[in-house]
Amino acid sequence: MSDTTLDGPVLAADGTPLKRSLARALRRQKLRALMLIAPLLIFILVTFIMPVADMLFRSVENGIVEDTLPRTVVALADWDADSGELPSEAVFAAMAADLKDAAEAKTHTKVGSRLNYENPGISSLFRKTGRRAKKFDIEADGPWKEQLIDINDGWGEREVWRTIQTYSPTYTAGYYLNAVDMQVGTDGAEMRPEDERIYMLLLKRTLWMSLLITFSCILLGYPVAWILANLPMRQANLLMILVLLPFWTSLLVRTSAWKILLQQQGVINDILVWIGLVADDNRLVMINNQFGTIVAMTHILLPFMILPMYSVMQTIPPSYLRAAKSLGATDWTAFWRVYFPQTVPGIGAGSILVFILAIGYYITPALVGGTTGTFISNRIAFHISTSLNWGLAAALGAILLAVVLALYWAYDKIVGIDNVKLG
Amino acid sequence: MADAASNDGFVVFDRVQKSYDGVNLVVKDLNLSIAQGEFLTMLGPSGSGKTTCLMMLAGFETATHGDIRLDGRPINNIPPHKRGIGMVFQNYALFPHMTVAENLAFPLEVRKLGKSEREAKVKRALEMVQMGEFGGRRPAQLSGGQQQRIALARALVFEPELVLMDEPLGALDKQLREHMQFEITRLAHELGITTVYVTHDQTEALTMSDNVAVFDDGRIQQLAPPAQLYEKPENSFVAQFIGENNTLEGVVTELNGDTCVVRLDDGEELDATPVNVSKVGERTKVSIRPERVEFNKDRLHADAHLLKAEVMEFIYMGDVFRTRLRVAGNDEFIIKSRNAPDQVRLEPGSQIEIGWLPQDCRALDA
Ligand SMILES: Nc1ncnc2c1ncn2[C@@H]1O[C@H](COP(=O)(O)OP(=O)(O)OP(=O)(O)O)[C@@H](O)[C@H]1O
Ligand SMILES: [Mg+2]
Repeated sequence: MSDTTLDGPVLAADGTPLKRSLARALRRQKLRALMLIAPLLIFILVTFIMPVADMLFRSVENGIVEDTLPRTVVALADWDADSGELPSEAVFAAMAADLKDAAEAKTHTKVGSRLNYENPGISSLFRKTGRRAKKFDIEADGPWKEQLIDINDGWGEREVWRTIQTYSPTYTAGYYLNAVDMQVGTDGAEMRPEDERIYMLLLKRTLWMSLLITFSCILLGYPVAWILANLPMRQANLLMILVLLPFWTSLLVRTSAWKILLQQQGVINDILVWIGLVADDNRLVMINNQFGTIVAMTHILLPFMILPMYSVMQTIPPSYLRAAKSLGATDWTAFWRVYFPQTVPGIGAGSILVFILAIGYYITPALVGGTTGTFISNRIAFHISTSLNWGLAAALGAILLAVVLALYWAYDKIVGIDNVKLG
Repeated sequence: MADAASNDGFVVFDRVQKSYDGVNLVVKDLNLSIAQGEFLTMLGPSGSGKTTCLMMLAGFETATHGDIRLDGRPINNIPPHKRGIGMVFQNYALFPHMTVAENLAFPLEVRKLGKSEREAKVKRALEMVQMGEFGGRRPAQLSGGQQQRIALARALVFEPELVLMDEPLGALDKQLREHMQFEITRLAHELGITTVYVTHDQTEALTMSDNVAVFDDGRIQQLAPPAQLYEKPENSFVAQFIGENNTLEGVVTELNGDTCVVRLDDGEELDATPVNVSKVGERTKVSIRPERVEFNKDRLHADAHLLKAEVMEFIYMGDVFRTRLRVAGNDEFIIKSRNAPDQVRLEPGSQIEIGWLPQDCRALDA
C-alpha cells in the first residue's frame, strides 16, 4: 500500500494529513518515553558525559600560564627563540611584576609545576624566585635582567624562556604530544629521546595484552558456555553460579589470591617443585610480570565473555547440529560449519566487552603487574594522584578512548555491529 | 499388533526398546518392517514415542534394547553421519547463516562432490520443489511453506534411499498443508524413496501413506494400509483414534463363527463381528462408524437386531447430515447420512430404530 492516493496525501479522520497526525501521535509517545528515562539520562549526563567532556577539555586547556603571567606572555610574544639572544629587559620586567603578583596570590608554584612538565627544573626556579618576589619593587629595583639572573641562573637560560613562550597560548597540543612521546623542539614537534619514550610502549603493551586476555577468555569461555547451554536446567544453574562467583567476591581478594597462588613461594611453585618439574632454586616467576597480569585478568573478565556467548548458544536449537549430521557432516564439520558460525555474535559481544574492559583495567595490573605488566591506565592513575599532571592524564585517557572507538569502528566494518548479541 | 519383523524389509525394527531415564520405557516392544519404496506413516497421540523411534533410526538416540537394521545391516553402531538418511525436522532446521543454495550444497560439500556437480544437483533439487529462483535467499526471508520445501529439497538432494520426516507440515495452514502433502507423496513415489513420516494428524496419515503404524503407549497398536485401518480397526484404541467412531459397551452372549451377539448394559442386543473377543461372557466395546449405521429397516436383514434410539440433534453439514442420537444411554451416538434427494431428515425428539450389517460393527477389547 502506498501512503498517497491519486488525489494527494491520505487524510486522517479529522482532515489533517495522515503523515502529520501520525507524527504528532508518535511525538507524544516519544515525549512520554523520554520522561521515563529522564532520570537515567540526567544521571548519565552528570556522571559520564560531563566528566568525559571535562577530561577532553583539560587535555588541551592551558590557561594557567596566561592567567598567572599575563604581562610576560604579551611581552614575550615578539621574542624569537632561535635568535640566540635572551629576551629583552621589558620581558624580564614583566616577569618580575607577574611574579610579584603571583607570589602574593600564592599561584607562582602552580604555574611552576605546569611548566615543569615540559621542562624539568622550572618548578624550583619559580619557587625560589617566588620567595623573594614579594619584596620586589618593580619601579625602583632593576634592571630586572640582572636582578632575576642574579637570584637564579635559570632565568639566563634560553630554553626556559622558550618553554614559557611555547606554552603561553590558552590551548595547547603539548599534553597530546607528550602522551605520544613527542615534544616541541626547535623545529616543531619531534620524538623524545629514545630513553624517555614510555607512553607508546605502554599503549602498545596495553593493546597487545588486552588482545591476549580477550583471546584466552574466548578459549576458556567457549567450552564453558557450550556446556552451560547444553546441560539440563538444574545443573546449568549450578554451573552458572560458579561462573558468576567471581562477581561476588571482591576484586582485591581475587587478585590477592592470585598473588598467593603464583608467587615464587606460592602454591603452584610449591607443587611444581614437589612433583619435580621445577628445581627448588629455579622457581618460576609468574607474578609481578605480564604473565601474572594476563592470568589474573583472564580470570576476572571471564564471566563477561561467557555470559554473552551463553545467551547466544542458548538460542541455537540442537536440531541444527542433528540436521548437519543427518546430512553427512562429521561431528567436527557440523560444529565448525553450522554451530560455530552461529555463535560468532556471542563471541563478538564477549570480545568487545572483555577487550574494552581490559584496555582500561587498573587495579589488577597495579597489584600483580610489577613493572613489565602495568597498563597505560596505571600511568594515568599515577598522573592523576601522584604527579598531579591532570592534563597529561586527560590526554592519555582521550587517546585510549579514541583507540577504543577506532577498534569499535573497525569491528563494525569487519564483523558488523548488528552481528553482536549481548543477550 | 504388527507382524514380528522376521521378514527382511528395507528398514527393520526388531524388538526395540527405549528408555531415557531407566525407569520408564518410552518404546516398549517395537517390531516393524518397512519395504523399499514404501511410504510409512507413524501416527499416534503426543508422547507416544514417534519422534523417539525416528531419532533411533537416524542415530541420535540409541536403542536400549533390540536391533535396527537398514538394508540388512544392523545400524546400532553406525554414527548418524554415515547412515545416509535424509531428514526433515519439525522446525525445518535450515541453517540460518547460509543461503538456500548453500544449505542445499552442504550435504554435497561434506561428501566432497565437485563444484560443478554440486551446482547442478542443487539447481535440480530447487527446481524439483519449484523454488528455482530462491537460491540466493536466506531461510529467514522465506515463508513457512517455502522453508518447508527447502528442507525437503535438502533432505533429498544427496539422494538418500531413506527419508525421515518429523511432523514437517505441523506449522502450515490447511491449504498449504494439503498442497505439501500432495507434493511430498508425489516426490517420494517419483524418486522411489522409502519414507518414514511422523504426524499426529490422521487425515494426513490416511491420505499420504501406503501403510500407517498407529502408536500408543510405546507400542504399535496396528500397522495396516489406510483403508484397512479405518474399516477394520483391530482394537478399541485404533477405532477411537482413527476417524469418528461410536462405542457401545456390553457382554458377548452368542459367538458363532464370524458373527456374534452382544448384550448391552441396558439389555438390548446387537450384531457384531468378533475381533478381540474369544468366548461368551466376555466384556467388549463394540465400534461402529457413523456412516455405517442404518435406520432404514428395508436395507437390513430380516432377523437383524435393532436398537431403539431417540434423535437428539440434527446437524446440516452440506454434503452430509449429522445426527446425534441417544442409544443405550449414550448421548453421543452419531450417525451420518449422505445428502441425497430421497434422504430422510430426522426430527429431534422422534423415536427411531437403528441397525447395521454385522461386518460393519466390530466387537473389540473392553
Ligand atoms: N530427551 C528425553 N529425555 C527424557 N524423556 C524424553 C526425551 N525425549 C522424549 N522423552 C519422553 O519420551 C516420550 C515420547 O516422546 P516422543 O518425543 O517420542 O513423543 P512423540 O510421539 O514424538 O510426541 P509428539 O507427537 O508430541 O511429538 C515422552 O513421554 C517424552 O516425555
Ligand atoms: Mg515428536
